[in-house]
Amino acid sequence: MITRLNVASIYVLDKDEALDFYVNKLGLEKGNDVRQGDYRWLTVRVPGEGATEVNLEQPGPPLHDDATAAQLRELISKGALGGLVFITDDARGLFETLKERGVTDFTQEPTDHFYGTDMGLRDPFGNHIRILQQGKVAQPATA
Amino acid sequence: MSQDVEDLNRRLLRARDAMDRSYAEPLDVRTVAAVAHVSEAHFIRSFRSVFGETPNRYLQRRRVERSMFLLRETDRSVTDVCLDVGFTSLGTFSRMFRQIVGETPSAYRLGHGPIVAPNCVQLAAMRPLRATD
Repeated sequence: MITRLNVASIYVLDKDEALDFYVNKLGLEKGNDVRQGDYRWLTVRVPGEGATEVNLEQPGPPLHDDATAAQLRELISKGALGGLVFITDDARGLFETLKERGVTDFTQEPTDHFYGTDMGLRDPFGNHIRILQQGKVAQPATA
Repeated sequence: MSQDVEDLNRRLLRARDAMDRSYAEPLDVRTVAAVAHVSEAHFIRSFRSVFGETPNRYLQRRRVERSMFLLRETDRSVTDVCLDVGFTSLGTFSRMFRQIVGETPSAYRLGHGPIVAPNCVQLAAMRPLRATD
C-alpha cells in the first residue's frame, strides 16, 4: 500500500530563481539542496513535517539533450506543463501578503466557490499555481 | 535565440492570462498586446503561432465558456449572462454561442446543470473547442 506522495517534480527555467520565488515569495521552505557532480538536487516544501517535496527540475544535461531541453523550455514558458495546487487557511490574507512581497502575476484574485475560496498565479517561468482555502462559502456563483 | 522564444512565450502567456482574468471587460487587441509589450500585428501573429488560435478567438471561447458556466450555475437571464461575460450585444452573443456550442444559450441551459468540478478545472478544461475565426 502506498502511504504518501513523497516527491513531485516541476520544471523551472532556473533553479536559483525558482528557489527565490518559492521560498521568499510564496513562503515555502527549502528541502534538499544537494550537489552531485554537476547535478543539483533541489526541493522545496510546505513548512512542517511530512510535507511532499517539490523537486525543482531544470531542463538540460545530464537529463536531456539540447533539443529536448529547448522543447521543454518552450512548453514551460507558454504555460503548457504541469502546475501545483496548495492549501491555505486564509486565501485573501495570503493574496495581500504575496502582493506585498512583489508578486504580480496573478491569474485570478481570491474567488468564492461552493468548495471554498481559491486564487491563481504563475511562477516566474509560467507554471500555474493554484491556492485553495477549503470550506463552503455562502455566496452566489459569479464568473 | 532560445531565450528570446521563452521570453516572448512568457509575455504572450501573461497576455492570455489577462484575457482569462478580464474577459468581462471591453478588451481590444491593442490593450492585450500591450500586456505582452509587442505591436498589435506581431501579437496576433505570434499568439496564433504559440497557442494555435488568434487572440480574438481565444477571448471569445473564454467568454462563451464563462457564459456556459453562468447558464449552468445561476438563474440570471440570458441577457444578463451575455453582458456579464463581456458581450455588448445579445445578437452577437447568441450567434457566437450557437456557432461554438452548437445550440442556443437557452437550450444549453435546459440541458445542463451544475458541474461538480473545481472552478480551475472548469476554466482549464471546459473552454469549448468548436469555433471558427
